[in-house]
Amino acid sequence: MNLKVPTMAECIAEGRQPEILFWVGSAGSYDDRAKKITKAFVKLLNTANIDFAVLGTEESCTGDAAKRAGNEFLFQMQAVTNIEILNAYEVKKIVTACPHSFNTLKNEYPSLGGNYEVFHHTQYLHQLIKDGRLKITTNPFKDKRITFHDPCYLGRANEVYEAPRELLKELGVELVEMKRNKRTALCCGAGGAQMFKEPERGDKDVNVLRTEDALQTNAEVIATGCPYCNTMMTDGVKFKEKETDVKVLDVAELLAADNQDL
Amino acid sequence: MNYLPNILFAIALVIGIGYFVRNVQKLIRNIKLGKDVDVSDNKSQRLKNMINIALGQSKMVRRPIAGFLHVIVYVGFVIINIEVLEIIIDGLFGTHRIFSGIGNLYGVLIGSFEILAVLVLISVVVFWARRNIIKIKRFWNSEMTSWPKNDANYILYFEMVLMSLFLIMNATDTSFQTMDSGNIISQYIAPWFSGLSENSLHLLERTAWWIHILGILVFLNYLYFSKHLHILLAFPNTYYASTKPKGQLDNLESVTKEVMLMMDPNADPFAAPQETDTDEEVPEKFGASDVTDLNWTQLLSAYTCTECGRCTSSCPANLTGKKLSPRKIMMDTRDRLEEVGKNIDANKGEFNNDGKQLLGDYITKEELWACTTCNACVEECPVSISPLSIIMDMRRYLVMEESAAPTELNNMMTNIENNGAPWPYNQMDRLNWKDE
Repeated sequence: MNLKVPTMAECIAEGRQPEILFWVGSAGSYDDRAKKITKAFVKLLNTANIDFAVLGTEESCTGDAAKRAGNEFLFQMQAVTNIEILNAYEVKKIVTACPHSFNTLKNEYPSLGGNYEVFHHTQYLHQLIKDGRLKITTNPFKDKRITFHDPCYLGRANEVYEAPRELLKELGVELVEMKRNKRTALCCGAGGAQMFKEPERGDKDVNVLRTEDALQTNAEVIATGCPYCNTMMTDGVKFKEKETDVKVLDVAELLAADNQDL
Repeated sequence: MNYLPNILFAIALVIGIGYFVRNVQKLIRNIKLGKDVDVSDNKSQRLKNMINIALGQSKMVRRPIAGFLHVIVYVGFVIINIEVLEIIIDGLFGTHRIFSGIGNLYGVLIGSFEILAVLVLISVVVFWARRNIIKIKRFWNSEMTSWPKNDANYILYFEMVLMSLFLIMNATDTSFQTMDSGNIISQYIAPWFSGLSENSLHLLERTAWWIHILGILVFLNYLYFSKHLHILLAFPNTYYASTKPKGQLDNLESVTKEVMLMMDPNADPFAAPQETDTDEEVPEKFGASDVTDLNWTQLLSAYTCTECGRCTSSCPANLTGKKLSPRKIMMDTRDRLEEVGKNIDANKGEFNNDGKQLLGDYITKEELWACTTCNACVEECPVSISPLSIIMDMRRYLVMEESAAPTELNNMMTNIENNGAPWPYNQMDRLNWKDE
């Protein structure tokens, strides 16, 4: 697989301004599972011939986890550093496959001087399909029973419920909803910096409860749109010993499977 | 000669309303103990929210059964209270059903009040059964014992008694029954009392009338001590609630100032701090450890909470057996604020340090760290309360003032500081995925 991933630095050196910046995020850059989502999304961008760039080694953590852990200093230091770079490159549009980056860049950077048009990758991909820039031909998920887990920072936090579902409909899958969905969706348990710590004492882990919701639908695939949700649901499926029957995949991975031969 | 009832009525009215006003002033004083916050933006959106959510009950009906019953009680309560106007005039001037002169409309009005009274009565009985017989889980969480549990039932008993008295008062009113207009329900209750002499009937009517109006005055004054305060505060609370996307946390301005100074290449690192007029000015505390560190809209929310528990019943931490209950966060905030208020009353307007605070004495770290910031509680609240904003402010205090984050989170934050990622990877490896 030969991915074209230009950096902003390269683009500027060539004297051109890319159409959109792809914010990879820390999970998308370093986490082995999340890197696959990153690559699937880039594959789609390449297929649609999108003129995009990444910051590469100039990108740094948005500070979401620090902010939600209560460390406003660290968050703002991260934010101001990132904003300085983004503004230096005159970035106007950003797309990211991480709802946490999406929320932070979109809602929390403006008052610190970072004003961008920010898209979640499901919104952006949906737009590309609507504009005819990305085409879905055949795909291995047609008529498969799939449920969608709403990431809190995409759904409730920013009220994006339809874009990922529209994409699944484009794939012709049989979309089944969990009993808790959209604004009543249950968290995967990773938000608010929980990803990085052990949970408090209780009688169950949140990701297990959410996985039970998903398993009740008898779906073959749990689709989601967040690297953290992906980890939590994958762990939940393993805990339930269902990993041979049920896959956890990002919506971008489902779409990219269509373009496997490319 | 026979002005005694009028005088007694006037006295009851003055005491009832006077005591209520006094408590409302105390309530406002307590809410103003919170920090100032700018809520002057988005006026039209705020008005719309208030009309939809408080007046229109739009979020109540998301849970259809409770929502439907609540709308009946709410509409019934508001409309039946028009009758109170007549009662007050009658009471003060010794008239009897002063509005009955307006003709047919009077019958229509009282008739609809009677129908509503029956519907309210039925709804309230169902509410009581949901709490005490069906025992719906959210009414039985650990914070719902003693006063909160009794308070909820007292409110229901109050409403049952008031509605019954209203119907009995109409049923035993011979002149009203003779009028035979508007006694849609009470005509069926009247026969129960047919054996009574005219005198005892009159006595019964007067008794019901008096207990009804005195009951309303007592109920009015009960509000301040009860979760029932939501019937008033739901309106300002939905108006002042955040109009931003739920995922957006505020950026602390005090921090921004320091960060900007740190990032400013022209700042003199050896500069002496600027002299201020007040030498002993205490530097601003980051985050919140007590109610006075919260802003006044958060304190208003604490008084608005009606302990319905929709937040807690949707909280992922609570659903998986953790100690965190968003409802308890609001109840604790209110209880501590009341404690601070009483302290101020007892010490001639000055707060006398009682060695207690919201953090630790009411809300524990364990509860605060269990939150996933998923916004389920905020989404659920029928009166737009954000328990999350209080949790976040307290986490900020724990981390920035006390460096008291769990070890794993400290590791995560050290990684972000050193490597620009929550994991210990080299920033120079950020693009390695491209070639893997």
